[in-house]
Amino acid sequence: MYKPTALVLTGYGINCDEETAFAFEKAGSAPRIVHVNDLIAEPKILKQAQILAFPGGFSYGDDTGSGNALANKIRNNLWQELLEFIDKKNLVIGICNGFQAITNLGLLPGIGKKYGERSVALAHNNSARYECRWVSLVSEKNKCVFTKGIRGIEMPVAHGEGKFIADKKILKQLSERGMVVFKYAKNGKPAKGEFPFNPNGAMLDIAGICDETGRIFGLMPHPERNVFFTQRQDWQLQKELLKRKGLPLPEESDGITIFRNAVNYFK
Amino acid sequence: MDLKKDSFKLNCLGVGLDSRIEVFSKVRDARAETKLKKIIAAGFKLVSGAELADVYTLESPLLDEKDIEKCGSLLSNPVMQGFLIGRPFCPEFDFAIEIGFLPGVTDNVGNTAAETIRDVFGKKAEGTVVYSSQALFLKGKISSADAKAIGESLANSLIQRIHVKDRAGFLKENGMGIVIPKVRLDPSPEADLVDLEVSDEELALIGKAGIMDKNSERRGPLALDLESMKIIRDYFKGLGRKPSDIELESLAQTWSEHCKHTIFSAELDEIKNGLFKEKIKKATEIAREKKGKNDNCVSVFTDNSGGINFDETFLVTHKVETHNSPSALDPFGGAITGIVGVNRDAMGFGMGAKPIVNVYGFCFADPKDAKLIFKSRDLKNPILPPERIMLGIIEGVNVGGNCSGIPTPQGFMFFDSRYKGKPLVFVGTLGLIPKLLNGKDSTLKEAVPGDAIVMVGNRVGQDGIHGATFSSEALSSGSPATAVQIGDPITQKKMSDALVKEARGLELYNSITDNGAGGLSCSVAEMAKECNGCALELESVPLKYPGMQPWKTWVSESQERMTLAIPKEKVEKFVSLMERRGVEATVIGEFNDSGKCIVKNNGKTIMDIDLKFLHDGLPKKTLHSKLPEKMHSEPSFKEEKNLSKQLLEMLSRLNICSREFVSTQYDHEVQGTSVLKPLQGKGRVNAETSVSRPSLYSRKGVAISQALYPKYGDIDSYEMAACAIDSAIKNLVAAGAKLDGIVLLDNFCWCSSLEPERLGELKQAVQACFDLAVKFETPFISGKDSMFNDFKGFDENNSPVKISVPPTLLISSMGVVEDIEKCVSMDAKIQGDLVYVLGETKNELGGGEFFAMKNAIGNSVPKVDSEKAILLYRALSNAIEAGLVASCQPVGLGGLGVAVAKTCLAGNLGTKIDLKKAPQNGLERNDFLLFSESQSRFVATVAEKNKSAFEQAMKGNAFAEIGSIGGKTIEITGLNGKKIAKIKLDDADEAYRKTLRGY
Repeated sequence: MYKPTALVLTGYGINCDEETAFAFEKAGSAPRIVHVNDLIAEPKILKQAQILAFPGGFSYGDDTGSGNALANKIRNNLWQELLEFIDKKNLVIGICNGFQAITNLGLLPGIGKKYGERSVALAHNNSARYECRWVSLVSEKNKCVFTKGIRGIEMPVAHGEGKFIADKKILKQLSERGMVVFKYAKNGKPAKGEFPFNPNGAMLDIAGICDETGRIFGLMPHPERNVFFTQRQDWQLQKELLKRKGLPLPEESDGITIFRNAVNYFK
Repeated sequence: MDLKKDSFKLNCLGVGLDSRIEVFSKVRDARAETKLKKIIAAGFKLVSGAELADVYTLESPLLDEKDIEKCGSLLSNPVMQGFLIGRPFCPEFDFAIEIGFLPGVTDNVGNTAAETIRDVFGKKAEGTVVYSSQALFLKGKISSADAKAIGESLANSLIQRIHVKDRAGFLKENGMGIVIPKVRLDPSPEADLVDLEVSDEELALIGKAGIMDKNSERRGPLALDLESMKIIRDYFKGLGRKPSDIELESLAQTWSEHCKHTIFSAELDEIKNGLFKEKIKKATEIAREKKGKNDNCVSVFTDNSGGINFDETFLVTHKVETHNSPSALDPFGGAITGIVGVNRDAMGFGMGAKPIVNVYGFCFADPKDAKLIFKSRDLKNPILPPERIMLGIIEGVNVGGNCSGIPTPQGFMFFDSRYKGKPLVFVGTLGLIPKLLNGKDSTLKEAVPGDAIVMVGNRVGQDGIHGATFSSEALSSGSPATAVQIGDPITQKKMSDALVKEARGLELYNSITDNGAGGLSCSVAEMAKECNGCALELESVPLKYPGMQPWKTWVSESQERMTLAIPKEKVEKFVSLMERRGVEATVIGEFNDSGKCIVKNNGKTIMDIDLKFLHDGLPKKTLHSKLPEKMHSEPSFKEEKNLSKQLLEMLSRLNICSREFVSTQYDHEVQGTSVLKPLQGKGRVNAETSVSRPSLYSRKGVAISQALYPKYGDIDSYEMAACAIDSAIKNLVAAGAKLDGIVLLDNFCWCSSLEPERLGELKQAVQACFDLAVKFETPFISGKDSMFNDFKGFDENNSPVKISVPPTLLISSMGVVEDIEKCVSMDAKIQGDLVYVLGETKNELGGGEFFAMKNAIGNSVPKVDSEKAILLYRALSNAIEAGLVASCQPVGLGGLGVAVAKTCLAGNLGTKIDLKKAPQNGLERNDFLLFSESQSRFVATVAEKNKSAFEQAMKGNAFAEIGSIGGKTIEITGLNGKKIAKIKLDDADEAYRKTLRGY
């Protein structure tokens, strides 16, 4: 069976590389964790991969703005290679700090395929504090390859700078062009900014967006932290409910779908 | 936004000049809003608006104006920020306050900015240095004294500089001006010789206050008593020379209470070989022997952490440290360096374990206590108020843990007014390491003669001088400012990944240890024991800035450093790997078998001491203890008929209420390993125990918890320790860990430890540790002590005060769970489930929360019956294993009433219970039955269909079904059959949350 290679970046304070690689492995791809400097020294590694993941973490400790210093590093050293990678219809995912990095890089939103332009940002949470909590997400009608078949899903967020902002024109374009992927939700509907359902004050409750091709995806919540049943925040209650119905406990949880969609895209 | 761009002349910018980039927000700035809220909350109610600018001051001789412009865009985000160069951001404001770092203090933001700039401009930007600061613009009718006070409340004057200007001054001087906080030191520092042929008085003074500097100032405490000083004097007399300052400082570090645990190793009364050897270590030996083939300990008390078997492939390690003294002076800095420091205890275990879980525990005074106390006479040098200490410490662990990518699921906060002089900050880290690395035992390490001594990680600066000796003393006006270190978690994360994930597997080093207390002086000398000698060239140690005195380089506790022993032929490969990972690694000397520790500086030998003297020369103390009399009056308040209000009040007590705001600001999901989380159930109640799954490829888990009962020590230190041990164990059992696999860690935080009464209490507590660890067969795998948590100063009336922490013993526990799916959380799950109380309730309210609420201590402290407890724990484990238990909450502070309420709050389900049914002995009052803190008890819920199987499993133990789950109220029937409490879940929830809401 064909296993696409998922390249998972690490280094400089990125810290979700192992679990992100694990999720890709579990979903059926061959992950490879690579240090940013090794990739810069040997850019052909990128040519051998089909999926590029910017995991969560604190690249450069969020100094000079979250994701900004890592984006500068990539732009200064790997920009052409990255554009080629995208051009070959490969997939890119940025999670949390990785999302911040690829918006700073201008891979997202890439309206009109103008990659490199910064037009959306992830600002300090309204609470001005790091928030680690589970959120409900609903998906909008969108083009995203990663989220095919997902209507609603829960995952944890863990960030201090996740408030999605953009000007009205950009927001309109994102909505119209099917680029808004996930919105923070309360009772299955967008949270309308209500804390803690919308944990950071994101405009239009936006939790994740994709580019116009649907192949570049960025989101603040962490799908790789919801691939097992026992990672869920409600698994203890679900366990009791299932047991009393005489049903077995599932091994997986729905976050794995995002990684599986990516792998299946290459089948 | 009114930028008033035109009202300012452009500063002339050009080649070779320092430039200032100000980045401001174009959109709503949550950081500024939060600052404003804090300022108003601190009492400056006239402040009506706040804006922020991030400032970068560049020293970059070769960059031109266009380049600097480019730097501005590199350092900002055009979607939400703008930037100005050479002219100030000028919103509407009345006062501008700029806060930057003092010279020499690590500036992470500045360092990252410089790295980005060097990356873009290459050679042209070589030597670029960036200093970051933040300007705050305040609107409001405040005085300049107010503005200054606001600045002081936001900054820490030990590490930060504050610059305040009013609008007129700001306009006149065209902004805040350029400040270059460069360290300027005496350029040719050398080691000084110290004359010890002086009077006993002078000798004692050198030991207490430090070596006299050339400017007639003492350098800070050596914390050596006269007896030790005399031994040192005689040693050098024998050598026929005077000691150098570095030799004295080195001895002081190595012999400090902090490093050598002199009190635990001293002869105490009949305990000739000391409390550690004869009690703690002995208990571990006996417990392990009793366990026989079930002994799961692998490495205890020998390494930076203790390690036990996790599964066939891995060991799991644990270590808990304290960082009390630095956190008292600089809460944020002390706490962040505490947490990243203890991470290195995982990295320094064996050949290097990967940090997998952080734990925390804070002891504070009531944050609402605003009464000032002072370090000096005449209302000078106030210590930080409890609220600032609390928030600073919480934030320090937040930044340290979150930035390192290590989940922090487990912790507590405990409040008592006696922590006002010195807070206690417990920080711990679990690690994971394969048992075998390339076929070799990963716990074994040994520097061999000829190995290079390599320092890895951060550079050495003036921060953290005398940390080890300072924490061996009481906090007073003489406490050194330089004792506070600055944390840089990203530098450490890079080092940790490069060492543990790469260099370790490549077998690039023979030995590794942490640079913690005492810095190089301790890490190198400690590792030199493995091969019996070392020789260093001090000038090769990379410094944050030139001109440091040799002794400071040697003892500095600058953070994020490890010391390694590397075979000569592997040095190049190692250093090159580190370079590619952005980690600095430098050869600073060589290990040998000379029997000596020799330090040279620019070719000149400045230290030459026998290792044996360095490590074993310190005199053994002989101490005597005395048991203090403790008798308190018994409270005489009457029992209330309706206990609803009392139960609500109990839920609001600081030591019982929700601390969700801490749990949610600590990332407890990173690494994907979370199983039982810090907040449990729909109702999000703080749990006593968490479970993690350190290897995603295994179904095994590791359960962790902690317990402490300082207030029980007001009555009896033995029971205080016994209860902490019992609770730390039962918390794990409740979640699904079995008694057989549980191990413990001890952290003693004592006060005035040379007083016989305090030693008497210590002896009692240690005896309890021995007795209970042996009975439960739960070995100690690691421990730490901090013996002088006292504050000496002055109150608001200028009267001298001494505030000592209550002798505090924290017991941390860890146990391996075979199958994480069998773990049980604390929240009630399903309507109709039966509520059980397991364990007997006795009249044991002394030192507890209910009596404390009535301003009483009492005398009836809870006592542990370990034999009954063991039977109960085994039975409960079997029931959990069989899947019969839907929820389980250990009973702790606040007794049954609080445990039942928390079970209900967490499940968002009510209950009806009948107190009459609860197993008890000698209680005739409902309130006592409801709030007694008797040990070894649980509240569990069980599905009705499991009733008989559960009761069968619990047979032979004291237990009873007392009611069922359902509805939206908590209803309690009393001993006389009448309803004694009925509270709505919503009201209980409000009571539980209101106390710390707003933080």
